[in-house]
Amino acid sequence: MERLHRHFQERLDLLSEKILRLGGLVEQAIGKSVRALVERDSALAHDVIAHDGDADRLELEIDELCMELLALQQPMASDLRFITTAMKIAPDLERIGDHAVNIGERTLEINNEPPLAPLIDISAMARRAQEMVRGALDALVRRDGAAARAVIAMDDELDIRMEQVFRSLLSYMIEDPGTISRALRLTFVAKYFERIGDQATNVCEQIVYMTEARVIKHPGVSTQAKREPLE
Amino acid sequence: MTDRTDGAKAVSNEDKVKVDLEAAPARAIASDSQRPAAPTPQDVAQVTSPAIADPILDVRSLSLWYGTSQALNRVSLVIPSKRITAFIGPSGCGKSTLLRCINRLNDLIDEVRIEGDVRLEGRSIYDPSLDVNALRKRIGMVFQKSNPFPKSVFENVAYGPRIQGVNDRRRLEHIVESSLRGAALWDEVKDRLADSALELSGGQQQRLCIARAIAVEPEVILLDEPCSALDPIATAKIEELMMELKEQYTLVVVTHNMQQASRVSDYTAFLYLGELVEYQETEKLFINPVKKQTEDYITGRFG
Repeated sequence: MERLHRHFQERLDLLSEKILRLGGLVEQAIGKSVRALVERDSALAHDVIAHDGDADRLELEIDELCMELLALQQPMASDLRFITTAMKIAPDLERIGDHAVNIGERTLEINNEPPLAPLIDISAMARRAQEMVRGALDALVRRDGAAARAVIAMDDELDIRMEQVFRSLLSYMIEDPGTISRALRLTFVAKYFERIGDQATNVCEQIVYMTEARVIKHPGVSTQAKREPLE
Repeated sequence: MTDRTDGAKAVSNEDKVKVDLEAAPARAIASDSQRPAAPTPQDVAQVTSPAIADPILDVRSLSLWYGTSQALNRVSLVIPSKRITAFIGPSGCGKSTLLRCINRLNDLIDEVRIEGDVRLEGRSIYDPSLDVNALRKRIGMVFQKSNPFPKSVFENVAYGPRIQGVNDRRRLEHIVESSLRGAALWDEVKDRLADSALELSGGQQQRLCIARAIAVEPEVILLDEPCSALDPIATAKIEELMMELKEQYTLVVVTHNMQQASRVSDYTAFLYLGELVEYQETEKLFINPVKKQTEDYITGRFG
Protein backbone atom coordinates (compact mmCIF):
# COMPACT_ATOMS: atom_id res chain seq x y z
CA MET A 1 0.00 0.00 0.00
CA GLU A 2 2.68 2.49 1.05
CA ARG A 3 4.42 3.28 -2.19
CA LEU A 4 5.14 6.94 -1.64
CA HIS A 5 8.51 7.88 -2.98
CA ARG A 6 10.93 7.10 -0.22
CA HIS A 7 12.93 10.18 -1.05
CA PHE A 8 9.86 12.43 -0.73
CA GLN A 9 8.98 10.92 2.64
CA GLU A 10 12.55 11.41 3.85
CA ARG A 11 12.46 15.08 2.84
CA LEU A 12 9.11 15.55 4.59
CA ASP A 13 10.55 13.93 7.71
CA LEU A 14 13.56 16.23 7.52
CA LEU A 15 11.22 19.23 7.30
CA SER A 16 9.34 18.08 10.42
CA GLU A 17 12.61 17.64 12.20
CA LYS A 18 13.87 21.11 11.28
CA ILE A 19 10.62 22.80 12.32
CA LEU A 20 10.71 21.03 15.66
CA ARG A 21 14.37 21.84 16.15
CA LEU A 22 13.60 25.51 15.52
CA GLY A 23 10.70 25.30 17.97
CA GLY A 24 12.93 23.66 20.55
CA LEU A 25 15.64 26.33 20.15
CA VAL A 26 13.13 29.12 20.55
CA GLU A 27 11.48 27.52 23.56
CA GLN A 28 14.90 27.19 25.15
CA ALA A 29 15.77 30.83 24.38
CA ILE A 30 12.60 32.10 26.06
CA GLY A 31 13.25 29.93 29.13
CA LYS A 32 16.76 31.33 29.43
CA SER A 33 15.73 34.94 28.85
CA VAL A 34 13.03 34.69 31.54
CA ARG A 35 15.53 33.27 34.00
CA ALA A 36 18.09 35.92 33.11
CA LEU A 37 15.50 38.61 33.77
CA VAL A 38 14.14 37.25 37.04
CA GLU A 39 17.50 36.22 38.47
CA ARG A 40 19.31 39.27 37.10
CA ASP A 41 21.73 36.92 35.39
CA SER A 42 23.62 38.94 32.77
CA ALA A 43 25.78 36.01 31.68
CA LEU A 44 22.66 34.06 30.77
CA ALA A 45 21.26 37.08 28.90
CA HIS A 46 24.51 37.23 26.87
CA ASP A 47 24.13 33.52 26.16
CA VAL A 48 20.63 34.02 24.67
CA ILE A 49 21.84 36.87 22.46
CA ALA A 50 24.84 34.88 21.25
CA HIS A 51 22.78 31.91 20.06
CA ASP A 52 20.21 33.76 17.94
CA GLY A 53 22.02 32.88 14.72
CA ASP A 54 21.07 29.20 15.09
CA ALA A 55 17.36 29.98 14.77
CA ASP A 56 17.99 32.34 11.85
CA ARG A 57 19.89 29.65 9.98
CA LEU A 58 17.17 27.06 10.60
CA GLU A 59 14.52 29.41 9.29
CA LEU A 60 16.44 29.80 6.02
CA GLU A 61 16.96 26.06 5.74
CA ILE A 62 13.24 25.47 6.24
CA ASP A 63 12.45 27.97 3.49
CA GLU A 64 14.82 26.25 1.10
CA LEU A 65 13.46 22.81 1.87
CA CYS A 66 9.84 23.92 1.42
CA MET A 67 10.63 25.52 -1.93
CA GLU A 68 12.40 22.35 -3.01
CA LEU A 69 9.44 20.17 -2.03
CA LEU A 70 6.91 22.46 -3.74
CA ALA A 71 8.94 22.71 -6.93
CA LEU A 72 10.07 19.12 -7.28
CA GLN A 73 7.34 17.02 -5.69
CA GLN A 74 4.09 18.88 -6.40
CA PRO A 75 2.66 17.90 -3.01
CA MET A 76 -1.08 17.51 -2.59
CA ALA A 77 -3.68 17.45 0.18
CA SER A 78 -2.25 17.03 3.71
CA ASP A 79 1.35 17.09 2.42
CA LEU A 80 0.64 20.42 0.74
CA ARG A 81 -0.99 21.82 3.86
CA PHE A 82 1.91 20.64 6.01
CA ILE A 83 4.55 22.24 3.77
CA THR A 84 2.74 25.58 3.47
CA THR A 85 2.20 25.53 7.23
CA ALA A 86 5.91 24.96 7.78
CA MET A 87 6.68 27.92 5.51
CA LYS A 88 4.32 30.17 7.41
CA ILE A 89 5.20 29.20 10.98
CA ALA A 90 8.97 29.21 10.60
CA PRO A 91 9.15 33.04 10.51
CA ASP A 92 6.81 33.24 13.52
CA LEU A 93 9.00 30.86 15.49
CA GLU A 94 12.13 32.71 14.48
CA ARG A 95 10.51 35.99 15.54
CA ILE A 96 9.71 34.51 18.93
CA GLY A 97 13.44 33.79 19.20
CA ASP A 98 14.14 37.43 18.34
CA HIS A 99 11.89 38.52 21.19
CA ALA A 100 13.87 36.31 23.57
CA VAL A 101 16.98 38.14 22.37
CA ASN A 102 15.24 41.49 22.95
CA ILE A 103 14.34 40.41 26.47
CA GLY A 104 18.00 39.49 27.00
CA GLU A 105 19.12 42.92 25.77
CA ARG A 106 16.67 44.79 28.05
CA THR A 107 17.77 42.54 30.91
CA LEU A 108 21.39 43.62 30.44
CA GLU A 109 20.29 47.28 30.60
CA ILE A 110 18.00 46.71 33.58
CA ASN A 111 20.79 44.91 35.44
CA ASN A 112 22.89 48.09 35.32
CA GLU A 113 20.48 49.71 37.76
CA PRO A 114 19.02 48.63 41.11
CA PRO A 115 15.80 46.55 40.95
CA LEU A 116 12.68 48.65 40.51
CA ALA A 117 10.00 46.46 42.00
CA PRO A 118 9.01 42.82 42.30
CA LEU A 119 8.31 41.45 38.82
CA ILE A 120 5.11 39.69 39.77
CA ASP A 121 2.95 40.59 36.79
CA ILE A 122 5.76 40.33 34.29
CA SER A 123 6.62 36.92 35.70
CA ALA A 124 3.05 35.83 35.19
CA MET A 125 3.18 37.09 31.58
CA ALA A 126 6.44 35.21 31.03
CA ARG A 127 4.88 32.03 32.33
CA ARG A 128 1.80 32.38 30.15
CA ALA A 129 3.84 33.19 27.02
CA GLN A 130 6.01 30.12 27.64
CA GLU A 131 2.94 27.95 28.07
CA MET A 132 1.56 29.21 24.79
CA VAL A 133 4.75 28.50 22.85
CA ARG A 134 5.04 25.09 24.42
CA GLY A 135 1.35 24.38 23.75
CA ALA A 136 1.73 25.45 20.12
CA LEU A 137 4.67 23.10 19.61
CA ASP A 138 2.82 20.22 21.27
CA ALA A 139 -0.22 20.85 19.06
CA LEU A 140 2.10 20.80 16.05
CA VAL A 141 3.69 17.55 17.14
CA ARG A 142 0.36 15.86 17.67
CA ARG A 143 -1.31 17.49 14.66
CA ASP A 144 -4.01 18.46 17.12
CA GLY A 145 -6.31 21.28 16.01
CA ALA A 146 -8.27 21.30 19.27
CA ALA A 147 -5.08 21.76 21.31
CA ALA A 148 -4.09 24.62 19.00
CA ARG A 149 -7.45 26.30 19.58
CA ALA A 150 -6.94 25.95 23.35
CA VAL A 151 -3.63 27.80 23.06
CA ILE A 152 -5.24 30.60 21.07
CA ALA A 153 -7.80 31.05 23.86
CA MET A 154 -4.93 31.78 26.27
CA ASP A 155 -3.90 34.91 24.42
CA ASP A 156 -6.56 37.20 25.94
CA GLU A 157 -5.10 36.82 29.41
CA LEU A 158 -1.74 37.96 28.13
CA ASP A 159 -3.28 41.10 26.67
CA ILE A 160 -5.04 41.89 29.96
CA ARG A 161 -1.80 41.34 31.93
CA MET A 162 0.01 43.68 29.57
CA GLU A 163 -2.46 46.43 30.46
CA GLN A 164 -1.97 45.77 34.19
CA VAL A 165 1.81 45.89 33.88
CA PHE A 166 1.62 49.12 31.96
CA ARG A 167 -0.61 50.79 34.59
CA SER A 168 1.53 49.73 37.50
CA LEU A 169 4.77 50.85 35.80
CA LEU A 170 3.11 54.14 34.88
CA SER A 171 2.35 54.80 38.54
CA TYR A 172 6.04 54.28 39.38
CA MET A 173 7.05 56.75 36.72
CA ILE A 174 4.53 59.36 37.89
CA GLU A 175 5.63 59.07 41.49
CA ASP A 176 9.34 59.14 40.79
CA PRO A 177 10.83 60.25 37.47
CA GLY A 178 14.06 58.51 38.52
CA THR A 179 12.37 55.19 37.68
CA ILE A 180 11.50 56.13 34.13
CA SER A 181 14.33 54.39 32.30
CA ARG A 182 13.88 51.15 34.23
CA ALA A 183 10.09 51.29 34.01
CA LEU A 184 10.21 51.90 30.25
CA ARG A 185 12.55 48.95 29.76
CA LEU A 186 10.23 46.74 31.78
CA THR A 187 7.30 47.95 29.66
CA PHE A 188 9.22 46.79 26.61
CA VAL A 189 9.82 43.42 28.20
CA ALA A 190 6.11 43.02 28.93
CA LYS A 191 5.36 43.97 25.34
CA TYR A 192 7.75 41.31 24.08
CA PHE A 193 5.87 38.66 26.03
CA GLU A 194 2.62 39.96 24.66
CA ARG A 195 4.02 39.69 21.12
CA ILE A 196 5.28 36.16 21.80
CA GLY A 197 1.69 35.29 22.66
CA ASP A 198 0.52 36.80 19.36
CA GLN A 199 3.09 34.83 17.42
CA ALA A 200 2.16 31.60 19.19
CA THR A 201 -1.43 32.40 18.22
CA ASN A 202 -0.40 32.76 14.56
CA VAL A 203 1.36 29.41 14.72
CA CYS A 204 -1.74 27.79 16.21
CA GLU A 205 -4.06 29.29 13.60
CA GLN A 206 -1.85 27.72 10.99
CA ILE A 207 -1.93 24.36 12.80
CA VAL A 208 -5.73 24.47 12.71
CA TYR A 209 -5.48 25.04 8.96
CA MET A 210 -3.05 22.17 8.57
CA THR A 211 -5.20 19.72 10.49
CA GLU A 212 -8.70 20.84 9.58
CA ALA A 213 -8.14 22.76 6.31
CA ARG A 214 -10.11 25.56 7.92
CA VAL A 215 -8.93 29.17 8.01
CA ILE A 216 -9.70 30.73 11.40
CA LYS A 217 -7.67 33.91 11.25
CA HIS A 218 -9.43 37.17 10.41
CA PRO A 219 -12.94 35.86 11.17
CA GLY A 220 -15.68 37.61 9.23
CA VAL A 221 -13.46 38.44 6.28
CA SER A 222 -14.47 36.77 3.03
CA THR A 223 -12.15 36.32 0.06
CA GLN A 224 -12.68 36.49 -3.66
CA ALA A 225 -9.49 34.88 -4.85
CA LYS A 226 -11.19 31.78 -6.17
CA ARG A 227 -10.37 31.24 -9.83
CA GLU A 228 -11.46 34.65 -10.90
CA PRO A 229 -9.57 36.10 -13.84
CA LEU A 230 -7.56 39.21 -13.12
CA GLU A 231 -9.10 42.09 -14.97
CA MET B 1 4.23 11.68 21.74
CA THR B 2 5.94 13.81 24.28
CA ASP B 3 5.65 13.43 28.01
CA ARG B 4 5.09 16.88 29.39
CA THR B 5 4.03 16.16 32.99
CA ASP B 6 7.13 17.59 34.65
CA GLY B 7 6.86 20.88 32.86
CA ALA B 8 3.14 21.19 33.47
CA LYS B 9 3.64 20.76 37.21
CA ALA B 10 6.23 23.50 37.32
CA VAL B 11 4.00 25.86 35.40
CA SER B 12 1.09 25.34 37.76
CA ASN B 13 3.17 26.68 40.64
CA GLU B 14 2.19 30.35 40.67
CA ASP B 15 5.21 31.76 42.48
CA LYS B 16 7.79 29.89 40.59
CA VAL B 17 9.08 31.49 37.44
CA LYS B 18 12.13 29.36 36.94
CA VAL B 19 10.29 26.97 34.73
CA ASP B 20 12.78 24.58 33.32
CA LEU B 21 12.15 25.00 29.67
CA GLU B 22 15.73 24.87 28.72
CA ALA B 23 15.74 21.18 28.09
CA ALA B 24 13.55 21.16 25.01
CA PRO B 25 12.11 17.66 24.80
CA ALA B 26 12.66 15.51 21.76
CA ARG B 27 9.60 15.68 19.57
CA ALA B 28 8.40 14.19 16.34
CA ILE B 29 5.40 15.32 14.35
CA ALA B 30 2.83 12.57 14.23
CA SER B 31 3.36 10.42 11.15
CA ASP B 32 0.72 8.94 8.87
CA SER B 33 0.41 5.81 10.92
CA GLN B 34 -0.82 7.92 13.81
CA ARG B 35 -3.47 9.65 11.78
CA PRO B 36 -7.10 8.52 12.05
CA ALA B 37 -7.73 4.95 10.95
CA ALA B 38 -8.82 4.07 7.42
CA PRO B 39 -12.49 4.68 6.70
CA THR B 40 -15.00 1.88 7.15
CA PRO B 41 -16.79 0.39 4.10
CA GLN B 42 -19.99 2.30 4.94
CA ASP B 43 -17.93 5.43 4.96
CA VAL B 44 -16.59 4.72 1.49
CA ALA B 45 -20.05 3.92 0.12
CA GLN B 46 -21.21 7.44 0.82
CA VAL B 47 -19.79 9.36 -2.08
CA THR B 48 -19.28 13.04 -1.50
CA SER B 49 -20.49 15.25 -4.30
CA PRO B 50 -20.46 18.97 -4.92
CA ALA B 51 -23.56 21.04 -5.54
CA ILE B 52 -23.84 21.54 -9.31
CA ALA B 53 -25.78 24.65 -10.29
CA ASP B 54 -26.10 24.07 -14.02
CA PRO B 55 -26.03 20.33 -14.85
CA ILE B 56 -25.90 18.98 -18.40
CA LEU B 57 -25.15 15.29 -17.87
CA ASP B 58 -26.59 13.12 -15.16
CA VAL B 59 -25.00 9.70 -14.64
CA ARG B 60 -27.36 7.58 -12.55
CA SER B 61 -26.28 4.45 -10.76
CA LEU B 62 -24.32 3.28 -13.77
CA SER B 63 -22.89 -0.24 -13.70
CA LEU B 64 -21.03 -1.91 -16.53
CA TRP B 65 -19.77 -5.42 -17.08
CA TYR B 66 -17.30 -6.65 -19.69
CA GLY B 67 -18.49 -10.25 -19.83
CA THR B 68 -18.46 -11.31 -16.20
CA SER B 69 -16.03 -8.70 -14.94
CA GLN B 70 -17.61 -5.60 -13.54
CA ALA B 71 -15.88 -2.37 -14.58
CA LEU B 72 -18.26 0.15 -13.05
CA ASN B 73 -20.31 -0.24 -9.90
CA ARG B 74 -23.31 2.05 -9.45
CA VAL B 75 -21.56 5.29 -10.37
CA SER B 76 -23.68 8.42 -9.98
CA LEU B 77 -22.53 11.92 -10.73
CA VAL B 78 -23.80 15.14 -12.22
CA ILE B 79 -21.61 16.97 -14.72
CA PRO B 80 -21.93 20.75 -14.95
CA SER B 81 -22.45 22.63 -18.17
CA LYS B 82 -19.55 24.66 -19.62
CA ARG B 83 -17.08 23.50 -17.05
CA ILE B 84 -14.18 21.05 -17.16
CA THR B 85 -14.73 17.89 -15.20
CA ALA B 86 -11.81 15.50 -14.74
CA PHE B 87 -11.92 11.78 -13.98
CA ILE B 88 -8.83 10.54 -12.18
CA GLY B 89 -7.77 7.26 -10.65
CA PRO B 90 -5.24 4.46 -11.08
CA SER B 91 -5.19 2.28 -14.20
CA GLY B 92 -8.20 0.02 -14.39
CA CYS B 93 -10.33 2.15 -12.08
CA GLY B 94 -13.01 2.56 -14.75
CA LYS B 95 -12.46 6.20 -15.63
CA SER B 96 -12.15 5.63 -19.40
CA THR B 97 -15.05 3.17 -19.34
CA LEU B 98 -17.19 5.79 -17.64
CA LEU B 99 -16.19 8.40 -20.21
CA ARG B 100 -17.03 6.07 -23.08
CA CYS B 101 -20.48 5.42 -21.61
CA ILE B 102 -21.29 9.10 -22.04
CA ASN B 103 -21.40 8.84 -25.84
CA ARG B 104 -22.25 5.13 -25.94
CA LEU B 105 -18.89 4.14 -27.33
CA ASN B 106 -19.03 0.99 -25.24
CA ASP B 107 -21.93 -0.17 -27.42
CA LEU B 108 -19.32 -1.11 -29.98
CA ILE B 109 -17.73 -3.68 -27.69
CA ASP B 110 -19.13 -7.21 -27.59
CA GLU B 111 -20.37 -8.67 -24.34
CA VAL B 112 -20.85 -5.34 -22.63
CA ARG B 113 -23.80 -5.10 -20.27
CA ILE B 114 -24.89 -1.77 -18.85
CA GLU B 115 -27.29 -0.96 -16.04
CA GLY B 116 -28.34 2.44 -14.84
CA ASP B 117 -28.66 5.50 -17.01
CA VAL B 118 -26.95 8.56 -18.42
CA ARG B 119 -29.13 11.56 -19.14
CA LEU B 120 -28.17 14.41 -21.42
CA GLU B 121 -30.25 17.44 -20.54
CA GLY B 122 -32.84 15.25 -18.92
CA ARG B 123 -33.16 12.68 -21.68
CA SER B 124 -31.78 9.16 -21.42
CA ILE B 125 -29.03 8.53 -23.96
CA TYR B 126 -29.81 4.81 -23.72
CA ASP B 127 -33.39 5.38 -24.88
CA PRO B 128 -33.88 2.82 -27.71
CA SER B 129 -35.57 5.45 -29.88
CA LEU B 130 -32.53 7.73 -29.69
CA ASP B 131 -30.34 8.09 -32.78
CA VAL B 132 -26.81 7.23 -31.67
CA ASN B 133 -25.23 9.19 -34.50
CA ALA B 134 -27.16 12.27 -33.48
CA LEU B 135 -25.99 11.69 -29.91
CA ARG B 136 -22.35 11.51 -30.99
CA LYS B 137 -22.79 14.76 -32.86
CA ARG B 138 -23.86 16.37 -29.60
CA ILE B 139 -21.11 14.63 -27.63
CA GLY B 140 -17.78 14.65 -29.43
CA MET B 141 -14.66 12.78 -28.45
CA VAL B 142 -10.90 13.22 -28.57
CA PHE B 143 -8.71 10.19 -27.96
CA GLN B 144 -5.35 9.56 -26.34
CA LYS B 145 -3.64 8.86 -29.62
CA SER B 146 -4.45 11.51 -32.17
CA ASN B 147 -6.26 9.83 -35.04
CA PRO B 148 -6.60 12.20 -38.00
CA PHE B 149 -7.98 10.70 -41.17
CA PRO B 150 -5.37 10.13 -43.89
CA LYS B 151 -6.71 13.17 -45.72
CA SER B 152 -5.85 16.81 -45.96
CA VAL B 153 -6.06 19.14 -42.98
CA PHE B 154 -9.09 20.78 -44.59
CA GLU B 155 -10.92 17.53 -45.25
CA ASN B 156 -10.35 16.29 -41.72
CA VAL B 157 -12.27 19.22 -40.32
CA ALA B 158 -14.85 19.34 -43.14
CA TYR B 159 -15.60 15.64 -42.79
CA GLY B 160 -18.25 15.92 -40.05
CA PRO B 161 -20.16 18.84 -41.58
CA ARG B 162 -20.07 17.06 -44.96
CA ILE B 163 -21.78 13.95 -43.60
CA GLN B 164 -24.32 16.25 -42.09
CA GLY B 165 -25.07 17.46 -45.57
CA VAL B 166 -23.10 20.69 -45.75
CA ASN B 167 -21.76 20.88 -49.29
CA ASP B 168 -21.50 24.57 -49.98
CA ARG B 169 -17.79 25.29 -50.43
CA ARG B 170 -17.93 28.76 -48.87
CA ARG B 171 -19.78 27.46 -45.86
CA LEU B 172 -17.32 24.59 -45.43
CA GLU B 173 -14.39 27.01 -45.65
CA HIS B 174 -15.98 29.11 -42.99
CA ILE B 175 -16.56 26.12 -40.69
CA VAL B 176 -13.01 24.84 -41.22
CA GLU B 177 -11.46 28.21 -40.44
CA SER B 178 -13.56 28.87 -37.35
CA SER B 179 -13.01 25.33 -36.05
CA LEU B 180 -9.25 25.57 -36.57
CA ARG B 181 -9.24 28.95 -34.88
CA GLY B 182 -11.30 27.49 -32.04
CA ALA B 183 -8.69 24.75 -31.67
CA ALA B 184 -5.87 27.34 -31.67
CA LEU B 185 -4.41 25.75 -34.80
CA TRP B 186 -5.39 28.14 -37.60
CA ASP B 187 -2.26 30.29 -37.58
CA GLU B 188 -0.05 27.22 -37.78
CA VAL B 189 -1.88 25.47 -40.63
CA LYS B 190 -3.64 28.16 -42.65
CA ASP B 191 -1.06 27.82 -45.42
CA ARG B 192 -1.06 24.01 -45.26
CA LEU B 193 -4.75 23.23 -45.52
CA ALA B 194 -4.23 20.97 -48.51
CA ASP B 195 -1.33 19.06 -46.93
CA SER B 196 -1.88 15.67 -45.40
CA ALA B 197 -2.93 15.85 -41.75
CA LEU B 198 -0.43 13.09 -41.02
CA GLU B 199 2.42 15.54 -41.69
CA LEU B 200 1.48 17.66 -38.68
CA SER B 201 3.29 17.28 -35.36
CA GLY B 202 1.71 15.21 -32.59
CA GLY B 203 0.45 18.25 -30.73
CA GLN B 204 -0.94 19.77 -33.93
CA GLN B 205 -2.65 16.50 -34.82
CA GLN B 206 -4.32 16.44 -31.41
CA ARG B 207 -5.54 20.00 -31.87
CA LEU B 208 -6.75 19.02 -35.34
CA CYS B 209 -8.82 16.26 -33.71
CA ILE B 210 -10.27 18.89 -31.37
CA ALA B 211 -11.04 21.10 -34.38
CA ARG B 212 -12.72 18.11 -36.05
CA ALA B 213 -14.77 17.55 -32.92
CA ILE B 214 -15.95 21.14 -32.66
CA ALA B 215 -16.71 21.45 -36.40
CA VAL B 216 -20.05 19.73 -35.82
CA GLU B 217 -20.88 22.08 -32.95
CA PRO B 218 -21.24 19.56 -30.14
CA GLU B 219 -22.39 20.45 -26.63
CA VAL B 220 -20.00 18.15 -24.83
CA ILE B 221 -16.43 17.17 -25.69
CA LEU B 222 -15.01 14.04 -24.09
CA LEU B 223 -11.23 13.86 -23.92
CA ASP B 224 -9.57 10.55 -23.12
CA GLU B 225 -5.99 11.19 -21.97
CA PRO B 226 -5.60 13.88 -24.63
CA CYS B 227 -2.04 14.83 -23.67
CA SER B 228 -0.45 11.57 -22.64
CA ALA B 229 1.46 11.30 -25.91
CA LEU B 230 2.52 14.95 -26.01
CA ASP B 231 5.55 16.86 -24.78
CA PRO B 232 5.12 19.59 -22.11
CA ILE B 233 4.82 22.46 -24.59
CA ALA B 234 2.18 20.72 -26.71
CA THR B 235 0.45 19.71 -23.46
CA ALA B 236 0.39 23.30 -22.26
CA LYS B 237 -1.19 24.37 -25.57
CA ILE B 238 -3.93 21.77 -25.27
CA GLU B 239 -4.57 22.72 -21.64
CA GLU B 240 -4.83 26.39 -22.56
CA LEU B 241 -7.17 25.44 -25.37
CA MET B 242 -9.36 23.47 -22.96
CA MET B 243 -9.69 26.52 -20.73
CA GLU B 244 -10.85 28.52 -23.76
CA LEU B 245 -13.22 25.82 -25.01
CA LYS B 246 -15.14 25.70 -21.76
CA GLU B 247 -16.58 29.12 -22.58
CA GLN B 248 -18.68 27.32 -25.17
CA TYR B 249 -18.56 23.61 -24.45
CA THR B 250 -18.79 21.18 -21.60
CA LEU B 251 -15.52 19.26 -21.29
CA VAL B 252 -14.99 15.94 -19.58
CA VAL B 253 -11.39 14.76 -19.44
CA VAL B 254 -9.86 11.50 -18.32
CA THR B 255 -6.29 11.92 -17.23
CA HIS B 256 -3.52 9.95 -15.61
CA ASN B 257 -1.81 13.19 -14.85
CA MET B 258 -3.04 14.55 -11.54
CA GLN B 259 -1.27 17.86 -12.05
CA GLN B 260 -3.19 18.24 -15.30
CA ALA B 261 -6.50 17.58 -13.53
CA SER B 262 -5.60 20.08 -10.85
CA ARG B 263 -4.48 22.69 -13.37
CA VAL B 264 -7.38 22.65 -15.80
CA SER B 265 -10.50 21.16 -14.23
CA ASP B 266 -13.24 22.78 -12.19
CA TYR B 267 -14.51 19.49 -10.76
CA THR B 268 -12.67 16.24 -10.20
CA ALA B 269 -14.02 12.74 -9.72
CA PHE B 270 -11.77 10.09 -8.19
CA LEU B 271 -12.61 6.52 -9.15
CA TYR B 272 -11.16 3.38 -7.69
CA LEU B 273 -11.96 -0.23 -8.61
CA GLY B 274 -15.00 0.80 -10.60
CA GLU B 275 -16.50 2.94 -7.87
CA LEU B 276 -16.76 6.66 -7.54
CA VAL B 277 -14.93 7.43 -4.30
CA GLU B 278 -15.09 11.19 -4.22
CA TYR B 279 -16.37 13.96 -6.46
CA GLN B 280 -15.54 17.53 -5.51
CA GLU B 281 -14.64 20.95 -6.66
CA THR B 282 -11.09 20.45 -7.89
CA GLU B 283 -9.52 22.82 -5.41
CA LYS B 284 -11.20 21.11 -2.48
CA LEU B 285 -10.29 17.66 -3.70
CA PHE B 286 -6.60 18.48 -4.02
CA ILE B 287 -6.25 20.58 -0.88
CA ASN B 288 -8.63 18.87 1.48
CA PRO B 289 -10.08 15.60 0.24
CA VAL B 290 -12.76 14.07 2.43
CA LYS B 291 -11.94 10.42 1.82
CA LYS B 292 -8.77 8.75 3.02
CA GLN B 293 -8.57 6.75 -0.24
CA THR B 294 -8.51 10.01 -2.19
CA GLU B 295 -5.87 11.47 0.11
CA ASP B 296 -3.72 8.36 -0.25
CA TYR B 297 -4.00 8.41 -4.04
CA ILE B 298 -3.32 12.09 -4.64
CA THR B 299 -0.44 12.20 -2.18
CA GLY B 300 1.08 9.18 -3.94
CA ARG B 301 0.68 6.82 -1.01
CA PHE B 302 -1.04 4.14 -3.05
CA GLY B 303 -2.35 3.44 -6.52
